Parts: sequence; C-alpha cells; structure tokens
Amino acid sequence: MFYREAGQFKTNYAKDQGIFPILQDRIWIYFVLVVAFVIIPVFGTDYFLGSIMLPFLVLSLAAIGLNILTGYAGQLSLGTGGFMACGAFAAYKLSTGFPDMNIIIVFLLSGGITAFVGVMFGIPSLRIKGFYLAVATLAAQFFLLWLFNRVPWFTNYSDSGVISAPPRAIFGDFFITGPDATHLSKYLFVVTFVILFALAAKNITRSGTGRNWMAIRDMDIAAEIIGIRAMQTKLSAFAVSSFYCGVAGALWAFLYSGSVEPLSFDVNRSFQILFMIIIGGLGSIMGSFLGAAFIMVLPILISSLPGMLGLSIPVDVISHVEFMIMGALIIFFLIVEPHGLARLWTVAKEKLRLWPFPH
Amino acid sequence: MKLKKLILAAVGMAVGITGLTVAEPVQADEQYMPLLVYRSGPYAPGGIPYANGLVDYFKYVNAQGGVNGVKLTWEECDTGYNTARGVECYERIKIKDGKKGAVVMPLSTGITYALIERAAKDGIVIHSMGYGRTAASDGTVFPLVFTAPATYWSQATAITKYIGSEVGGMDKLKGKKISLVYHDSAYGKEPINTFIALSKKYGFKFTKHPVAHPGLEQKATWLTIGRKIRPDYVVMWGWGVMNSTAIKEAAAVKFPMDRFIGNWWAASENDTRPPGKASIGYKAASFYVPGNFTKLHADILKGLYGGDKAAALKNNWGEVLYNRGMVNGAIIIEAMKVAQKKFGNRSVNGTEIAYGFENMDMTEERFAELGMKDFMKSIKLSCADHEGTSPLIITQWDGNTWKPVSDWIMPDHAMVRPMYKEAAMKYAKEKGITPRKCM
Repeated sequence: MFYREAGQFKTNYAKDQGIFPILQDRIWIYFVLVVAFVIIPVFGTDYFLGSIMLPFLVLSLAAIGLNILTGYAGQLSLGTGGFMACGAFAAYKLSTGFPDMNIIIVFLLSGGITAFVGVMFGIPSLRIKGFYLAVATLAAQFFLLWLFNRVPWFTNYSDSGVISAPPRAIFGDFFITGPDATHLSKYLFVVTFVILFALAAKNITRSGTGRNWMAIRDMDIAAEIIGIRAMQTKLSAFAVSSFYCGVAGALWAFLYSGSVEPLSFDVNRSFQILFMIIIGGLGSIMGSFLGAAFIMVLPILISSLPGMLGLSIPVDVISHVEFMIMGALIIFFLIVEPHGLARLWTVAKEKLRLWPFPH
Repeated sequence: MKLKKLILAAVGMAVGITGLTVAEPVQADEQYMPLLVYRSGPYAPGGIPYANGLVDYFKYVNAQGGVNGVKLTWEECDTGYNTARGVECYERIKIKDGKKGAVVMPLSTGITYALIERAAKDGIVIHSMGYGRTAASDGTVFPLVFTAPATYWSQATAITKYIGSEVGGMDKLKGKKISLVYHDSAYGKEPINTFIALSKKYGFKFTKHPVAHPGLEQKATWLTIGRKIRPDYVVMWGWGVMNSTAIKEAAAVKFPMDRFIGNWWAASENDTRPPGKASIGYKAASFYVPGNFTKLHADILKGLYGGDKAAALKNNWGEVLYNRGMVNGAIIIEAMKVAQKKFGNRSVNGTEIAYGFENMDMTEERFAELGMKDFMKSIKLSCADHEGTSPLIITQWDGNTWKPVSDWIMPDHAMVRPMYKEAAMKYAKEKGITPRKCM
C-alpha cells in the first residue's frame, strides 16, 4: 500500500538507472542520512559515537571491501586482516614520514599501496580457485603480519612493535586523530568517508566492471567465452577490494584504537570480516553494514544489557552467555536465511509491495 | 510448548544461581573504580585470580570502613585480553552514574598502549603494575601513567643480574648464551631491546624466539633451543597457556628447569601445575614474596570468607596472581590515602590520585602496617620517576608452592633510565607533547 512504484514515471534513462528507482527507497535513504549526520551526532553520547558507531563503520568499510572480492567477484579471501594491517602501517609510515601531508591523502595513498599489495597476492587467483585460493590468501595474511612484526622499520623502531597515530587535523584545528580529536569529529569524518565509499562501491558494482566481476563469479569459463578478460577482472577486484580494506585498516588504527599492534589484525580479524559478509549477505553493499552490525555491535549490546537493566550478573557469566547467544543466532540466521540478512531485507520489501493484498 | 517452558525455567535458574542482585543506588561519597578484567577467553586462568585478589582487597577495605570513610564501588568489564574490546570496555565503564573513575588498570600491555592517550585526555590515571608501556615511567611525558613497582626493562636487568650471580659474577656472563622465548605481541616484545643492550654490555650471546598467540605450538621453538642453540639460560616472557606449554616442551628437550626463568607473568601456579613434575625447579621473577603467610591474608580469610579456607582457596586466595591483584589494590588505596592527606578525606579524581602516587613512600614498615610484613620491599615515586626503585626477587617452584630462592635484587636502573628517557622523548616528539617540568 505504502511501498509501491505505481504512478512514479521515469522520463529518461538516467532516472531509470538510478540507484534507488523507487521514491520510498529514496525517502528511506534520506532518512538514514539525516539520522547519520544529524540525529546521531546530536543525541549520541561519546561512548556511542566512539565505541559503537566508529568501529561499526570502519568494519563495515572492510566488509564492503571483502564483499567486492568475495561477494561480487567470487574470489574467496582470508587475507582481509593482512590487508587492513597493510593499510594501517602504510598510513603510519606516510603520516610520520611526511608530517605535512593531509591525513585524507594519507588514507587514500595507504589504500593505494594496499591495492598494489592486494594485486600481487591476487595473481595466484588466475590459476587457483575456491578453497585453494582461500589458502593462498591466508598466506598473504600471515606473510604481511610476519613482515610488520619482524621488520622494525615499519614501526619506526618501536620497542614493542606498536604503532600509534600522530595527531593530525583535516584543516586548521579540526583534529581527527590524536588526543585533541573529539569522538564527534572522528565520527563525522568516518561516517562521511564510509558513506562516500559505500556509494562508490555501489556504483562500481552497477558499472561494466561490476558486471564483469559478477560474470566471473557466476561462471568464469562462460564469462571468458563472451569476451571478459579473466585476468584484468580478477585483479581489478583484488585491487578495489584491497583498497577498501587498506583504508579501513588505516581508519581502525588511526581513528578507533589510536594505537595498534599487528596482533589486532590477526587471522581472527579476517574471519570476523568474512562472517560479517556471510551473515550480512554476499554480493550486497547493504549486507556489509547489516553483517557488521550483527557481528560487531550485537555482542557489545548483549554484554552491556544486564548493566543497563540494573542487574549485576558476574562478568564471566555475561561473557559466556554472550558467546552462546551469538553462536545460536548465527546458526539460526544461517538456517532461516542462508543468503544473509540483506536477503531478508529484499524479501521484506517484496512482501511489502503486495501488502495488504498478497495473492 | 513444553520445551519452551523448560528452556525458560532453565534460563531462570541459571540466572538465579549465578547470583542475580539488583544494583544498589549510589550514595553520597564513594570512590568509583572501573575494573578491566578478563574472566573469559584464553587468558582467563591468569585473569581470574588477579581480578579476585583485587576485588577481595577492595571488599576488605570496605569492611574496614572504607578509605578514611570513603567506600569503594566498582564495576567490572570483561575484556577477554582483547585490545579492541578493552578499549570499548574502558569507554563503557570509565564513568558510571556520573562518577568518573580516578584510576584504571588495563591488565594487558596491548590495552595499556591503546588507553594511554584516551586516559590522559579523560584525566584518568593508568596504573600498569609491572606491564604496559615501559617508556611511560617517565613522568615528565606521561604525567598520568604509573608503572610501579617495576617495568619489563628493569625486570630484564634484574633477571640478568640473577643469572650473573648464578654463574659467579657478571664478568662470567661473557660468552654465555641466553635465549628469550616471548609471546609475539606488544607485551612479549617489550624487553627485547633491553636484552640486546645487556648482551652488548656483558658480552653474552642473545637469541630471541617468538611464540604466536595463544602459544600452544612451540615444538619447533624448543627443538631449536634444546638441540641447536643449547643456551645456558632461557628467559621467558609468556602469558596464559603459553607458559605451561613452554615448560612441557622444555622438559621434552631435557632443558634443565633451574636454568629456565620466567618473568612475573610466567610465575604462577597456573603455569607450573599443568606440566606436573616436569616443572619442578622452574624459576620466575617476582616483586613480592609468594605465599599466604601475611597478616593481610589472614584478615581477608577471616573477614571475607569467615575463616572458610576451602572457599577462599577456591577463589584463588594466596595464589601468586591473586596476591598481585591484592598488591595492586593496596598500592592504589595507598595512593588514594596520600592524596586524601592533601585534598581532604573524600573521593579523589585522576589528577589528585596522580599526586598521591607521586608522593607515595611505601617503606617496609608501611607494608608491615598494611599487614604485608616481609612481603614486599618498597615503593617510592616522584614527579619524574613513575616506576620507583623496588628490588625484585627470584622464586622457584618446588612441585607444590613457589619459594623465594634469591635475595632482593635491585634492577640496573642506571642502565635502563636513559633508555626510558630516550623512548619517552621519541614519543613526545611524535605526538607533539612538551614534557612538563619536574622540580
């Protein structure tokens, strides 16, 4: 009744090909933007902005990156943590080596460096597929972490191998890293960054490049026969994906934790991101956000719920209950909707179109 | 439907059994302590006794009427020894019911690194007792971080001194081989540069062997050590399940236990009990005497457990890491008392308790007054020196308990202090901090 495109006429191709062809979707997106840029900054506490939204957005970005590679191009990767570490360390080296460089350029360049590294590790994907490729990208994960652990140059010869973000402003006094940065400024920076990148990702996947990725994903031999170059397509997926992961790693190190050691990008991080896109929905930008919310925010919510309700349950019990609930929920969602939360969203939209008179 | 009821009942019971109580309303003047603990995850066996010791000490203080009448309240958050989670926990519990914590103990070197900047901004003191960022002992650059009673770097020099005394003098170290087995994280890497400097100073050969988290796979490491390098001494910077695994593997390559020395995070019953007889003779550093012989232990046993020793032991009472939590509590309360002397008998904030730390002078007599006679030596801090000059002791596992086997050993402060200064200045430069002046 409310969600129907009847009466919405498209008068040119540009409109017809818009990301959100239905008016109600556009209203919904504007609403989300208002929430993200007005309501959350105004009403969100420092804790909410800094400890929930910030890691959620950064991990969403990493999930988008992996989703491009695994969900759109069909190349299973377990190297996400390594690529994030690559971005973080590249950003650290760049910002300490060139203190005058604007931090936005630092982030973009570190993404570029990671994209190059990603392409290098993507080369084997031309020969190996599926689980074998997953193992090859696992090599990237371990090699990159080993590199940052062993070569002291990457940490500027720090005693403990920990890098910490130097204070940097985008312009003037608007600090986004370091002790002078407020949670609000960090949040605003990250939310802008992530929304722009998500929009870019959405558009890339709708472009010729994205269609090539999906063709390779669905059947690589058939794709080659119709004239899609496997090498360029796969490597471009690796490049774009690693770029996203690299930027996410740099944001994680600089804006969220402020200081990181290679251990925070270990293989568990790769699995965490992979679970996000599996739960959220492979091949869906929206799913990356939903998955990140599920894997990252939900455990925090579960563990802080007793405190909010004023119950004092011992923390170890809470932690164990949290593991159990999360495990059960993951199994539940995988059984109910193996295509992820994004698929649930699509199904809901389809139902809504027919509501209240389903045939 | 039946199943649903059954599940509901089971959940209800589980919640009931684990002690569901409704939080009490906050009263007038209380000192709030945010506690970052880990009672779950791979490092929980080490985290639980520590947390129990700390909380027991706070309970004990409250039972004595609080700190000059100010009762302590606290809130725990389980970090699982995970840095990202630790940061989230810190942000979650640093303020509760409008009361900001004055001091936080991150209980993990990784979390300490991540919190130093945040806590400095929030005006909350970090007391990383025997862990954390060593360079933060420099009070001019890190006014709100305290590492007392000793850092990893000091500990490395003290262990080397002990090895020197074992081989018959520091000059005899020349040509000897010392290997370091370490947890491959910020924590494990802290002492490496100190050992390299020590090896240059005394002329011994130093090799390092990283062990990946969580440390269950050490066969290759120990084959290299036991068969190829054959060092005279092995030092270990381990934590959690890594320690007992290392002891087992060392025994498997027949490395003599009395020449295997852990740091104080590889010094507890958790590490030596699982390998059984294999760990007899294993040594470890400590900054207090192990055991439950002090008056404070007896008071806690009587006051909190009603003399029920079995219940107390179940709560890790008297274990090495329990004692560490207890000492941590005692040092913080002492800092609070010093601060109260200046600012009045009320709850204190971060900068006030930092004053308390800096003007703390815990002598042997003071420890005895606090019920810890012959337990710990001394802690005296100043504006610039946030580590103090506490001597350390080497303990040995006899198959049943930890026993001290050395005299108090003073770390080589003359050697490490310039290294602190250098590292702190590097940090200050990178962060654009102007070091404050200390009288």
